[in-house]
Amino acid sequence: MDHTPPPFFKRGPAPLVRLFFFASLSLALLVVDARFRYVDGLRGWLALAAYPIQRAATWPIDVATSLGSYFSTQASLIEENQRLRAQLLASVQDAQRYQELQSEASEMRRMIGATEKLPVLAQPAEVLYLSRDPYAHRLFIDRGSVQGIKPGSPVADDTGVIGQVTRVHPLLSEVTLLTNPDQAIPVQVVRNGLRAVAFGGGASGMIELRYMPANAEVQDGDRLVTSGIDGTYPPGLAVATVVRIERDQERSFARVYCRPSAGIERGRYVLVLTSDTTRPPRPDEGQSKDRRGEKTRRLKGKDKSAAEKPAEKAEKAIGDDSQ
Amino acid sequence: MIPSSSQILLPARMSTIIGSFALALFLNFLPWPDLRLVPDFVALVLAFWCVRQPRLVGLGVGWMLGLLADAGNGVLLGQHALAYSLLAFLSVWLSRRILWFGPMLQSLHIALILLVTQAAVLVVRLAAGDSFPGWPIVVGPLIGAALWPVATWLLLLPQRRREREPAI
Repeated sequence: MDHTPPPFFKRGPAPLVRLFFFASLSLALLVVDARFRYVDGLRGWLALAAYPIQRAATWPIDVATSLGSYFSTQASLIEENQRLRAQLLASVQDAQRYQELQSEASEMRRMIGATEKLPVLAQPAEVLYLSRDPYAHRLFIDRGSVQGIKPGSPVADDTGVIGQVTRVHPLLSEVTLLTNPDQAIPVQVVRNGLRAVAFGGGASGMIELRYMPANAEVQDGDRLVTSGIDGTYPPGLAVATVVRIERDQERSFARVYCRPSAGIERGRYVLVLTSDTTRPPRPDEGQSKDRRGEKTRRLKGKDKSAAEKPAEKAEKAIGDDSQ
Repeated sequence: MIPSSSQILLPARMSTIIGSFALALFLNFLPWPDLRLVPDFVALVLAFWCVRQPRLVGLGVGWMLGLLADAGNGVLLGQHALAYSLLAFLSVWLSRRILWFGPMLQSLHIALILLVTQAAVLVVRLAAGDSFPGWPIVVGPLIGAALWPVATWLLLLPQRRREREPAI
């Protein structure tokens, strides 16, 4: 006879077995997500499920600000009004000069035969919250693919670049901040046009220029702007100010530390910049191989005047990295 | 004999459990100034229910909550899922033991569990190639453990009988 105990104390599989099951499931997910990005659909659905709670979590701040504005006195309102008017006056002057300069610049570009610069569209967005993860320097904004946000678009606030859209969900998007150690941005020193690549500095909240030759002409207080050679960031946006330079005798590179000019960890409203740069399509694999072969043949046969090539390649690599 | 509580509690309702998890997620998503010092409220509430109701809330719930936290924070999918299933396992495993102690000693147990959870996340992050975020990350779990008595009091409120229950 086969006696099975009655299911009085039925509790399913033992906890250790369950732990093993869920741990291996999580590890599998981790590997799949980190290496192959197969689970972005699942991530989108989960993000949509978490969205109401995320949205609700910004509510206390909204209430606090609206309460604050409700109780703000007339005097402070008048003062603020005056200040804003003065600011507006200053920026109107700037805007007029900008239009004039822009027409002049496009005229000159036409004269030297350079391509026309494309206008950059800016879409305002509100910062929902910073990622609850001290390792990842990310924030979330309340615009997603429904509003036409595209991955890769640069994000700026009123004082400079803060980062780049890296993942787009239906109703919100993730912005990787410049301070993220994996984030790189091509920059240019305003004073002398020196080009460099700036990387995030992590928890310090700074960004650094790496791989600068020890005799690079950089000074304390130099302003850095985007160089625009990557095709992702429009040129001329303020990025950072140099605060400290370490020139070590032992190392062949100088380390340049800069403070971001935008309010990266603060501020509530940002602009998502979408420039419709018409980039040439990527060549096919076979075609590019053919061309490479052709090139090497040509190089072998002819002179080696293509000394510019490595620099061009490096720039391309930068552009690819920052996407 | 009922450990560490002289009162007989009402059975836990599903709505209370779901509501408390929603509240914990809400607290986690609030824009805190320094995230390293803020306790993980979801971990705390999950530990609570795993200790109190190991038959209702266990590893499966922890895993799902972890996935939600991962997607909501935009981090690698699975790191919180792994950490929360480990936390749920430890809490379920130690639940009988923890309930025999007073609030302070319970907090010590919870501190250990939360630290192990944090360590699991840290290991995953380091393996994924992130840099160590500094020692303040151990402060969050310790503050979470210090909040354990408060959390216990709050989360058991719906299960307490009223002082003067009308006699039938």
